Amino acid sequence: MSMPFYVSPEQLMKDRADYARKGIARGRAVIVVAYDRGIAFVAENPSRALHKVSEIYDRIAFAAVGKYNEFENLRVAGVRYADLRGYSYDRSDVTARGLANAYAQTLGTVFTQESKPYEVEIVVAQVGADQESDQIYRLTYDGSVADERGFVAMGGGADRISTGLDEQWRVGLDLGEVLRLAVALLAVDPQGEETRTLGADQLEVAVLDRSRPRRTFRRVNGTLLEALLSTDDPTKDVPLNDVATGVHDTHRPDDEPLA
Amino acid sequence: MSARDTGRLPSAYLQPGSSSFTEFLGAHAPQLVPGSRAAMHTGAAVEAPHGTTIVAVAYDGGVLLAGDRRATMGNLIANHEMRKVFAADDYSAVGIAGTAGVAIEMVRLFQVELEHYEKIEGELLSLVGKANRLATMIRGNLGMAMQGLSVVPLFAGYDLDGGRGRIFSYDVTGGCYEEHDYHSVGSGSLFARGALKKLWRQQLSQDDAVRVTIEALYDAADDDSATGGPDLGRRIWPTVAIVDAEGVRFCSSEVLEGVVEQVVSDRRTPGSRTR
Repeated sequence: MSMPFYVSPEQLMKDRADYARKGIARGRAVIVVAYDRGIAFVAENPSRALHKVSEIYDRIAFAAVGKYNEFENLRVAGVRYADLRGYSYDRSDVTARGLANAYAQTLGTVFTQESKPYEVEIVVAQVGADQESDQIYRLTYDGSVADERGFVAMGGGADRISTGLDEQWRVGLDLGEVLRLAVALLAVDPQGEETRTLGADQLEVAVLDRSRPRRTFRRVNGTLLEALLSTDDPTKDVPLNDVATGVHDTHRPDDEPLA
Repeated sequence: MSARDTGRLPSAYLQPGSSSFTEFLGAHAPQLVPGSRAAMHTGAAVEAPHGTTIVAVAYDGGVLLAGDRRATMGNLIANHEMRKVFAADDYSAVGIAGTAGVAIEMVRLFQVELEHYEKIEGELLSLVGKANRLATMIRGNLGMAMQGLSVVPLFAGYDLDGGRGRIFSYDVTGGCYEEHDYHSVGSGSLFARGALKKLWRQQLSQDDAVRVTIEALYDAADDDSATGGPDLGRRIWPTVAIVDAEGVRFCSSEVLEGVVEQVVSDRRTPGSRTR
């Protein structure tokens, strides 16, 4: 009969944390950054179908790095949480804070009780009436929550990107400016190789646009994204009269015509 | 809402499952599913406000869905300005006739169902898929329909694949039927359908279609006491949803006021009872 090894709780938690951190650092980064009219989400992601950024509810979005199946699981749970809450109470009762707490409890329980921690880092962001009231919560694999101001970078090279944002980001930048800043920081190779050029087709970009009625989430791609990224083009933001263009364009016309 | 008990997301939330919110609700919070309440065998029919006439008209480039604003309870008018036409999602609308309380609850769930699917899957359900989801929900309400709490919706949407507006009607058992050109449901529907038969034509423009819709509702109100006519005194107009390639939107009260006044004044002219 073999003797079970004794592992101290400190060592056990440290090993789990190291394991999760390594998994997360392997992936490419996601940047969540506030701009004058909302919150932008930028990821290097050539896939058009497997998203790192998604809509959760009217004013709430989700961004994640790490293991796809694990954060997808959390994303679906978040959509179920939000839709059930909104359906049984009211749409205004669904908040990012409530969701961030539920995620924190879930991640914390998984970290201490399951055989392996989730290798994920997620952001839950809610756009407010003005830039001051935007909320960005960052959640890590062990269930810690941080309430961030202005911007968050997660995944590979996150520290370097955060430093860059710290130096260059300020309140009141428009969407074009924050996108160009984010893309420039994503393009720096973490291994110290030469800087790449990231085109619109290699990026996954979405916004929570506070000026939209009801569902504020909108994906930004194609020619609109190219125009926003170009310094020569005067486009600064998603046009307000931008009509729905089909698949997963979540603009919804005002539901209250009777005023 | 057991999520609040421990703070963490219940395991049901984290289980892989279907993209249907209704199925999730049925498994996790069945008390919130419309029609799931146990049948009451009191023998007496429940009296509740009823919604009446809904009209759908296809035109060149889209489809309109409109409803009057009256709800009745027996011979009383329960509500003068009830809304019975709702946006189901970006490209479809639903109008309801039948027991108002049950119907509006069903519409709310249907709206969440479509949005939930869209968020989970990352794309919209097809129009026929949406129509079938609604049929399933009506089927679930059959028990309540047997007690007189029936819901008969009319569903209209823009088919992004086919590039045209389409209309679907239902019966209380959940039968789903595609209608062509125009359709109407509810107590005033016989009269509305008569009007539509005479006034509808190929290649209607959107403005003409709005006019045809209002005429049909006017005729329904003329002969059916449960359908509300244009209320010029209180300035209450029918609800008219426009669904086309640009999505769903509602006709503004200014536009409706103009059309209603035109219809009413044309009918006042002696010798022109229909136009």
